Amino acid sequence: MDNAPRAFRPRDRARHPVAWFPDYKSSVYRSPRLPLVSLSATRSELTAPLFGHDLIRATDNDLLVNGRVDGDPIGPRIVLFGRVLDEEGRPVPNVLIELWQANAAGRYRHVNDTYRAPIDPNFWGVGRTLSEPDGSYRFRTIRPGPYPWRNRVNDWRPAHIHISLWGASLCQRLISQIYFEGDPLLPLCPIFNSIPDPAARERLVAKLDMSESLPHDTLAWRFDIVLRGPRQTWFENLREGA
Amino acid sequence: MLREIPSQTAGPYVHIGLVPSAAGIPFEPERDWGRMLGPGARGERIRIEGIVFDGTGSPVKDAVLELWQPDAAGRFPGRDPGADPAFSGFGRVATDFGTGLFAFETVKPGRVPTAEGRLQAPHATLLIFARGINIHLHTRIYFEDEAAANAEDPVLALIEQPCRRETLIARRALREGLPVYRFDVHIQGPNETVFFDV
Ligand SMILES: [Fe+3]
Repeated sequence: MDNAPRAFRPRDRARHPVAWFPDYKSSVYRSPRLPLVSLSATRSELTAPLFGHDLIRATDNDLLVNGRVDGDPIGPRIVLFGRVLDEEGRPVPNVLIELWQANAAGRYRHVNDTYRAPIDPNFWGVGRTLSEPDGSYRFRTIRPGPYPWRNRVNDWRPAHIHISLWGASLCQRLISQIYFEGDPLLPLCPIFNSIPDPAARERLVAKLDMSESLPHDTLAWRFDIVLRGPRQTWFENLREGA
Repeated sequence: MLREIPSQTAGPYVHIGLVPSAAGIPFEPERDWGRMLGPGARGERIRIEGIVFDGTGSPVKDAVLELWQPDAAGRFPGRDPGADPAFSGFGRVATDFGTGLFAFETVKPGRVPTAEGRLQAPHATLLIFARGINIHLHTRIYFEDEAAANAEDPVLALIEQPCRRETLIARRALREGLPVYRFDVHIQGPNETVFFDV
């Protein structure tokens, strides 16, 4: 019956953001005050929904196209690519990667976003894919713009792309943000700085990769996604449709 | 050895990526991940609903919640042989922008053993993502009408203070014949919900 990993290394919370981080004001009233209860994962946590290719349409990972009405979206065209690995460095296939982002002007296609920058009628800013058997993934999109947010009076988010990851186990469930190398807003951002460990912060920064850039078309940014690794043996994953 | 990438808040616009219809984007207008069962699903059909409250007692109106649970026989869809094909096991909903209410249409989960072979009480796992939540909150929903099973549940027993176990028990009512379980989440305060580190 067991087709999931039997155990994971404990999540190292020192490498994650702290829940209560006063510079990020809404975290103050949206963080627990009592300690988390530690739980050795049971099958309820070791399993996860099985997302198959029936969920993915051809243009789901191409944000230059999927929200198109009558033209290309405005902004720098980029490829975001990399591999999904576990902590042992092994590729993790069939990970559902969902992403969302602002447009090149820093505006989200969201009913609650009131920033004065314009909506791009040809851009939704949503995509998804499944990692390949070798763990690789790829999106085409535009580079998002920075945007102001209501926190301290003059806070601006560095350019970022939100990502959501569903692996083979609920223990690997994670939502994060991908940043861009060299962004001067990074050291000013309370959300980025809610991660106390500078080396851990650095792992959220995508690197420019000229070898994958397409001349006269797209710049490429590499971002490898590392998910929690198993503590003991992996059992064979059920193949899709099995 | 590599290290897991750190979490970051899902932010206020999480709906674009996870529940695009709530953001107003026709990315996948037909999908309703809050309905976890199709026609013919086995077991007792139930609704789980509630509100997530922040530390001021105000509803969190911009959250996304995910539910993962076995079918009525305790089998996980896609993972266990014989799992009910009419049941997905996975739910994902946005809280209502006006009221903060969330709701899942599902079935009452069956019992699942621990690695040591002890039976757990029926439960569902609930994950909470929102602006201000730097790393998602992980909790469990148990059921009021399973008192005997709850009393022997090895995970509830991990919670030192018995009064805190009550924060994980959904309250049952009938609405037009359908069992509705109420499960409110309190991120802080005197009734702070138990959250797990797994
Ligand atoms: Fe954002």
